[in-house]
Amino acid sequence: MVAGGVKPIRRVLTPKLRRAALYHVLMASGSFVMLYPLVWMISSSVKPNGDIFTTATRLFPSVVTGEHYATGWRGFAGYTFAVFFGNSLLIAALSMMGTVVSSAVVAFGFARIRFPGRNVWFVVMITTMLLPSQVMMIPRFVLFNRMGWVGTYLPMTVPAFFGGAFSIFLVMQFIRSIPRDMDEAAKIDGCSWYGIFLKIVAPMIVPALVTVGVLAFIGSWEDFMGALLYLNKPNRYTAAYALKLFNDNTKIDYGATFAMSVLSLAPILAVFFFFQKNLVEGISIQGLKG
Amino acid sequence: MRRAGNILDHDSVAGYVFIAPFLIGLFAFTVIPFFTSLYLAFTEYNILSPAKWIGLDNFRRMFFEDKLFWTAFQVTFKFALIQVPVKLAFSLLVALALARYSKAMPVYRAAFYIPSLMGGSVAVALLWKQLFAFNGVVNRLLGFAGLPNNTKWLADPNTALGTLIALGVWQFGSGMLIFLSAIKNIPSSYHEAAIVDGAGPVKRFLKITLPMLTPILFFNLVNQLIGSFQAFNSSYLITQGKPLNTTLYYGVHLYNRAFTYYEMGYGSAMAWFMLLIIAALTALVFRSSSMWVYYESDGK
Repeated sequence: MVAGGVKPIRRVLTPKLRRAALYHVLMASGSFVMLYPLVWMISSSVKPNGDIFTTATRLFPSVVTGEHYATGWRGFAGYTFAVFFGNSLLIAALSMMGTVVSSAVVAFGFARIRFPGRNVWFVVMITTMLLPSQVMMIPRFVLFNRMGWVGTYLPMTVPAFFGGAFSIFLVMQFIRSIPRDMDEAAKIDGCSWYGIFLKIVAPMIVPALVTVGVLAFIGSWEDFMGALLYLNKPNRYTAAYALKLFNDNTKIDYGATFAMSVLSLAPILAVFFFFQKNLVEGISIQGLKG
Repeated sequence: MRRAGNILDHDSVAGYVFIAPFLIGLFAFTVIPFFTSLYLAFTEYNILSPAKWIGLDNFRRMFFEDKLFWTAFQVTFKFALIQVPVKLAFSLLVALALARYSKAMPVYRAAFYIPSLMGGSVAVALLWKQLFAFNGVVNRLLGFAGLPNNTKWLADPNTALGTLIALGVWQFGSGMLIFLSAIKNIPSSYHEAAIVDGAGPVKRFLKITLPMLTPILFFNLVNQLIGSFQAFNSSYLITQGKPLNTTLYYGVHLYNRAFTYYEMGYGSAMAWFMLLIIAALTALVFRSSSMWVYYESDGK
């Protein structure tokens, strides 16, 4: 076992090298096992249907075909996956926007302004993080149904504009690390809280906003429950939901399901590689107490 | 410090203006539904006709008549009891390994984290179903290695839940990242001092790293406990609760009652019972925390 993050000192070269080699062999095989399912899926998505299970253990396909992407893309119920991906993109973009704007505004209020009741509301906010979503599932459905929102994207996007506890908390942590000197100077110059927020703080918290935005995008893109509860017409389906129904409809055409699965994960992977730093920091902050 | 000016700029007004989105959302999407749910738990309600007050009848039915309720309850407990510790152990071990200095660290970190980024997706659930199919790649690889390869992973009552747990454990990446950043925050002087005193790696881990990590362990434990009681996707998408209801999560049973049979009152009663169980368990973990969670008294 490797002990916590300490460089071994006073070691002669050979055992040290041997240890390093062992370490890398272990970590590389661990990484391989972790990524194997995903690589297998990508590889299966370009194998002819007859080969997927007969050559299941071969990661590199002997015959490469793009047919699954073509058949899969045709979708079902008269709608192509272009429609489903478009819907997902719209919902994810709206959720992302709502989360970014609301968490910036609310976090600024909590982190910078002293007002009566601030601590109480902050504790309430942290408590809502512990609330199981399934307690909210039924009454929210009842509420949205009464408002005529079922069948629309509103239940899946509007709540994002009113701030999620985790995003607010994450942005707050970031604002707290910015010295107050600048806003105090601006205050003395007669700048209002709104001016301070827009001109001073907002530009400085962009990295935190990118993080919450990316997390909101991924969460919304993968959201299955929301679509299951609220969407009832095929032209409105999101990619995640459509993928499930597509799989139910085309049980034997594994290749097409794999191809569409790969496409549905591609944006997440792309986002990960572009924003890896923000994501890693964002997740890590979860563990830090305010 | 403050100038008399526009009333909107007074601290007590501006503060509420800024947190207004949160407050509106809190009442509209959390507080009102929360109490609606409490009310519905004592009613019979199918959405079409008005809710009818039936007192404790939903709870009576839940505890004494609905056998699937207890099945789902046990399945979920078993699921949480196995998944949470295994997942925590993996995230801690891999975080410790990643904390060792290495140029390849970001690559390994990405490899271990990516599954948890996509783990909740439909695509991965469908993939898991194919990996563990009877003629799927897992059995083939086992055969390759000369091991028994005739397990019907998802169709055998003895292995189905374990296969779903494995999917959850595979996503240990988020917990791992949280541990990793905590490990890096431990001042290296602690370890250096211990080395001078002649403490070996095992002793340093037990006396320094582990105690310093207990607050994070506590956080991850609470988080994952709550998460595993709410599990839904893997059962709903992969096994639909089969075989013989051995993978019928509490969340899936609740969903079925509420949205397949439109028993919203009964579903709400189930949701409240789950809330109470989660609250009790969380309280238990909090209570016990004074015994095993170590907080540094002198802040950094």
